[in-house]
Amino acid sequence: MSVAVELRGVSFGYDGGRDVLTDVDLQVAAGEFVAVAGPNGGGKTTLMRLVLGLERPRRGESLLFGEPAARFSYRATLGYLAQRSQLGSDAPATVREVVSAGRLAAGGLLGPLRRRDRALVEDAIGRVGLADRADDPLRTLSGGQQQRAFIAKALAAEPSLLVLDEPTTGVDVEAQEALAALLDRLHRELAVTILYVSHEFGAVEHVVQRLVLVRGGIVFDGPPSDLPGVWHDPSHLHA
Amino acid sequence: MLELEFMRLAFATGAIVGLLAPAVGFFLVQRQLSLIGDGIGHVAFAGVAAGYLLGLPPVLTAFVASVGGATAIEWLRSHRHAAGDQALALVFYTGIAAGVVLISLAGALNVDLFAFLFGSILTTTRTDLVVVAGLGVTGLATVALLYRAFAGVALDEEGARVSGVPVGFLNVTLAVLAATTVAASLRIVGILLIAALMVLPVIAASRLAWSMRSNLILAMGIGLGSALAGLTIAYYANLPPGGTIVLLAAATFLLASGAQSLRRG
Repeated sequence: MSVAVELRGVSFGYDGGRDVLTDVDLQVAAGEFVAVAGPNGGGKTTLMRLVLGLERPRRGESLLFGEPAARFSYRATLGYLAQRSQLGSDAPATVREVVSAGRLAAGGLLGPLRRRDRALVEDAIGRVGLADRADDPLRTLSGGQQQRAFIAKALAAEPSLLVLDEPTTGVDVEAQEALAALLDRLHRELAVTILYVSHEFGAVEHVVQRLVLVRGGIVFDGPPSDLPGVWHDPSHLHA
Repeated sequence: MLELEFMRLAFATGAIVGLLAPAVGFFLVQRQLSLIGDGIGHVAFAGVAAGYLLGLPPVLTAFVASVGGATAIEWLRSHRHAAGDQALALVFYTGIAAGVVLISLAGALNVDLFAFLFGSILTTTRTDLVVVAGLGVTGLATVALLYRAFAGVALDEEGARVSGVPVGFLNVTLAVLAATTVAASLRIVGILLIAALMVLPVIAASRLAWSMRSNLILAMGIGLGSALAGLTIAYYANLPPGGTIVLLAAATFLLASGAQSLRRG
């Protein structure tokens, strides 16, 4: 099976500061669904940025599908869901307008979307169950529905790798469970590699194949069922 | 009124700027950079002053200075040398200070400054109209071509960056568009009120819009309406045109907010 994500002996720190991550080795096979969790400040967002090639390691190397992540040739097939605070959810955009933005890299910058791109947009909207809300402004949707719209935006890119950064922040428990069920279904239907990065993993513990806990390095890597009981509450990582 | 050539020229330039300023301002507002027009306007003041000092057309030197200022703001912001508001403040105050010093060196403290600070649309010449039309058509065509790209980056800049969209190029292009708008608007509303015409129609339209596209089109309609109605009122009531146009745009915001409240019940 091919390797989607690989970190080899990676260490990283910001602006000459001390290392945030030290000597990290990680491999994620194509088609795996992996949760990356850990306490705030533990380095999981940094790890995600290294995986995506947004930061370059101080030592070691970060590879995407075998290529250096920072120079990955097929970036248009990377689906990324940023934290909600970074998304323009106050803009008067409709669900369809948001999802259409997912075809920007693959569909070209100039002029209107082509027919195939529009079909992919409609397909992605349907997959997250928002077909009847496609023309509604995003700001009229609940937090969970807005999150689904941005997942559809990532899906519209026909991603080989889907990375979600703190997708449950500001979303109630019911919506978190609905999100986990949606990701589980998308993973099975599309066989896409998913990295779910969050300070807590309770919502997806029963659907992910593997859990990676990060605190300055990788402190646990395996199936969630192998996790020591005391660690199931991420606040115990501070102990 | 329209039998007077200066009014026909004023309406034509006003219409172009009324459409262009909100079209560019729309994307700045979405990216919470509403005050960038103000910052660039102050750099344009330094450009006007440099024009007097060097004996060059002030609109031309203002355009060059505006592009430089807009690019500097974007560079400072994107390279994290300064936060968005700090980058603006740096360029804002440097621009106005450079303008004061240059205009003093040129010995032109009293020359036509009022016209550039507050606009003088009624003195627009045919040459001015040609320049404004050139800048306006170029600006509007660029917005039309890159609409999806600008909208996509406004919605999710980090996501666009991850997927390989040339975000830096698009940000610089938007900054240059803002500079183009400032240069085109100098004679219409003046340096001090340019940002208002880029922002007020957009936030007024956002109260009524049901999508990004409708927000943009409504904003351009409000900008155009404010420019044409403002000129008409200014002509008959003997008021300064720039201020009248901006006050009308502000009044539209109040009306739109009222309509939004009524609609919500």
